[in-house]
Amino acid sequence: MKISEIVDALDATLLFGDDKLDKDITRCGAADLMSDILAAVSEDGLLLTGLTTIQVIRTAMVAGVGAVVFVRKKKPPQEVIDMAKAQGLPLITSPYSMFVSCGRLHACNLTGLDGRR
Amino acid sequence: MSKFKKSFHIKGRDFIRAGEAAINIQNLLKSMDFDPRLIRRIAICGYESEMNVVMHGGDGTLSLEVDADKLILEIKDDGPGIEDIDLAMQAGYSTANDNHREMGFGAGMGLPNMKKNSDQIHIESRKSRGTIVQMVFFLPVGGKTD
Repeated sequence: MKISEIVDALDATLLFGDDKLDKDITRCGAADLMSDILAAVSEDGLLLTGLTTIQVIRTAMVAGVGAVVFVRKKKPPQEVIDMAKAQGLPLITSPYSMFVSCGRLHACNLTGLDGRR
Repeated sequence: MSKFKKSFHIKGRDFIRAGEAAINIQNLLKSMDFDPRLIRRIAICGYESEMNVVMHGGDGTLSLEVDADKLILEIKDDGPGIEDIDLAMQAGYSTANDNHREMGFGAGMGLPNMKKNSDQIHIESRKSRGTIVQMVFFLPVGGKTD
């Protein structure tokens, strides 16, 4: 699923990543505990989270996450967006809850980080 | 390959900079063309251990040693020490507080994640005397892979 399609499926706003709209994402994980993302194989996956701290970006960098979706209309502070820009990490903000955001993406055939549906 | 060692300072309770040392090590390994999967494992171990120091400890150091047949990641701090190492190795056991959890950490997954991603782990800790965790990552026979 392309990042542009993820943005559409979530009626979302792209905060950063205009040049990455064609990037393909196949797996998805949702967590507010960063260790859960670090414990899974998150390489090139999508991370949905309700956290907007700088540690989300560092976790994404360490785990090799492909893009981050902030749920519940959350928008991270500018320094968090700047760090993602420096890393070329696309950021998306979804107006839906974690549950609904995940459900919409699952309906679009995204799998979990372990490849299961 | 000749032996090489690089260390990065970690400041306890500094949640803004927490993770910088691990990212520096990740970038260093990328510049040395190691296997991306190996870099990911080392970066995860470095990041989890750095968060442990920032959350619980005083100051610390994260070091990477590159040897012909292995990489050694060592984290050393002058924090409160781990009272019961066996308990700390259990997934879900945590002494973190609500502030740590608001940052997305303190789930009791740090040491288990470090064990899972390293080939060997050795922990030395004494109450009020700090902690040293050494993690070893063996390179494939013939040295590093590209």
